[in-house]
Amino acid sequence: MSDVLARLKGVSRIYQKGKERVEVLHELDLEIPDGDFIAIMGPSGSGKTTLLNLLGGLDKPTAGTVSVGGAELSSMSNSQLSKWRSTHVGFIFQFYNLLPVLTALRNVELPLLLTNFNARERVKRASIALDIVGLADRARHYPRELSGGQEQRVAIARAIVSDPSLLLCDEPTGDLDRDTADEILRLLQVLNREHGKTIVMVTHDAQAAEFANRTLHCDKGTLEAKEAA
Amino acid sequence: MKYFRLIWKNAWRKKVRTLLTILSVFVAFLLFALLSAIGFAFRGGVDVADAERLIIIDKVSLINLLPMSYMSRIASTDGVESVTHASWFGGYYQEPRNQFGQFPVDPQSYFDMYSEFNIPEEQLEAFKQNRTGAVVGQDIAATYGWKIGDRIPIQATIWTKADGGRTWEFDLEGIFSTDDPRGSSALMLFQYDYFEEARAFAKGTVGWYVLRVAKGADPIRVANTIDLQFSNSPNETKTSTEAAFAQSFTKQFGNIALIVTLILGAVFFTLLLVSGNTMSQSVRERISELAVLKTLGFNDRTVLGVVLSESILIMLLGGLLGLGLGWLVVQGLAKQMAAFLPGVFLSPGAIAAGIGMMIGAGILAGIFPALKAMRLSIIDALARA
Repeated sequence: MSDVLARLKGVSRIYQKGKERVEVLHELDLEIPDGDFIAIMGPSGSGKTTLLNLLGGLDKPTAGTVSVGGAELSSMSNSQLSKWRSTHVGFIFQFYNLLPVLTALRNVELPLLLTNFNARERVKRASIALDIVGLADRARHYPRELSGGQEQRVAIARAIVSDPSLLLCDEPTGDLDRDTADEILRLLQVLNREHGKTIVMVTHDAQAAEFANRTLHCDKGTLEAKEAA
Repeated sequence: MKYFRLIWKNAWRKKVRTLLTILSVFVAFLLFALLSAIGFAFRGGVDVADAERLIIIDKVSLINLLPMSYMSRIASTDGVESVTHASWFGGYYQEPRNQFGQFPVDPQSYFDMYSEFNIPEEQLEAFKQNRTGAVVGQDIAATYGWKIGDRIPIQATIWTKADGGRTWEFDLEGIFSTDDPRGSSALMLFQYDYFEEARAFAKGTVGWYVLRVAKGADPIRVANTIDLQFSNSPNETKTSTEAAFAQSFTKQFGNIALIVTLILGAVFFTLLLVSGNTMSQSVRERISELAVLKTLGFNDRTVLGVVLSESILIMLLGGLLGLGLGWLVVQGLAKQMAAFLPGVFLSPGAIAAGIGMMIGAGILAGIFPALKAMRLSIIDALARA
């Protein structure tokens, strides 16, 4: 856990809302070691999701630099960022965001469509990912046939299928009951400890944050470190 | 192809809406197939026209007859390789609705001129030897169930016989065909000599002449020479290429091509509105899903391609079904209409144009929703979701 996977230097993000300039992040510095599991907490509008978007190459800073795995994201074109995202980062959303027209297996296969793997290899890898999250027997089920926890597991399988080094989770348990949320968090812990995934998780839930190695508090565009309990 | 499942599944997201859209595309292309085939029949004479054949008619009207004495003068004109003639008989078989083209001709020179008509040598010989002999195209023979050896009575509407009768009887000596599906063999040809001998009036005349221009000769110069030859005579001539003649003949029915184009234009405009609306709705409903695809790494062009392909797929599904059924209907229609509108045919060119239109309409209907999908901001779309 010694190498730095992601580094933010002097990052500011300002949005223009009508005539008003809203500074969501203010000259933020952050280093995320490879293999870390960080929880980011903070009130709504504090810039947590913006930070996640910057780390995932979905957004670009107004000032400062963002680098992940040696790639300087702030200087990449949209097309380069798309390609980078497909192999280096996995996203897990609060509301799972599975495609309802595809089965669990085909949802998980989606990121692999962007690779050169043939159909058989894609299915094989998607099946392995589903197996890792414990849903091998639900491969042919559509999202509407799955529980919330199962949908989130499929979403996690989709996030890891292309073997990215970084997983970005935006309130991954926000839509789940306590027990199911804990199952999902334990799964993330397994991915972090046994599969070496670096995880950055935004959450409002203090109990969820306890599953991380450390917690950062985001407020008014700045970060403050706090040791995990 | 690896995106096909995604495209297919998205296309069927709302089954009833997709089915209704496909149905409207299906109807549009069924209509396209039928109108193309009928338009083709009207255009057929123009398409199969031989550039080296010239038609000579009376300058005032096709109805006016030309003297038979012109034949030798035309044949001896510089640049003329061969010449034959034909006349409009205008009779019917059994009932007035059974009308088709009947021409008194000189058998040998006529078949020499129209080499695209295939007739067995012995049948042509039998036709030449029998003064009351006739040959018919296979379409006519099939329509009325005629066989060689049959005696066929034709009721004249113009040409009464010298004895006052209106029934002309012919011995069927041969059946000819044409290899080119665009050409018509819905004709009956019989001996001019018999016609000349038996008719009550207008003896020594023919309806029109057909000549073949000699190799290397300029058809326009030959046409001008012939018309000049007969200028200031009681029967001045108008010589034109076979294509120009066919075109002017077709125009008597109105501008079929324009009518077909206008109908299809209206149909396809409506089709674009219907399918464009379907695609817009479909994209609006899954903005967040498209944002997820982009988050996963699908770039702008791939998202554009996926949405456009969906639109093209819907067009192809409905269009190919419509074209397919249209092709089947045209096969039946061609047989039913062979006698009075020969050449009803869905050409490979029309099929290719139809497929091109499906792809074009798919692109037009899908381009704006696809651009919207391509340009959507991931962050905004996910935030709205």
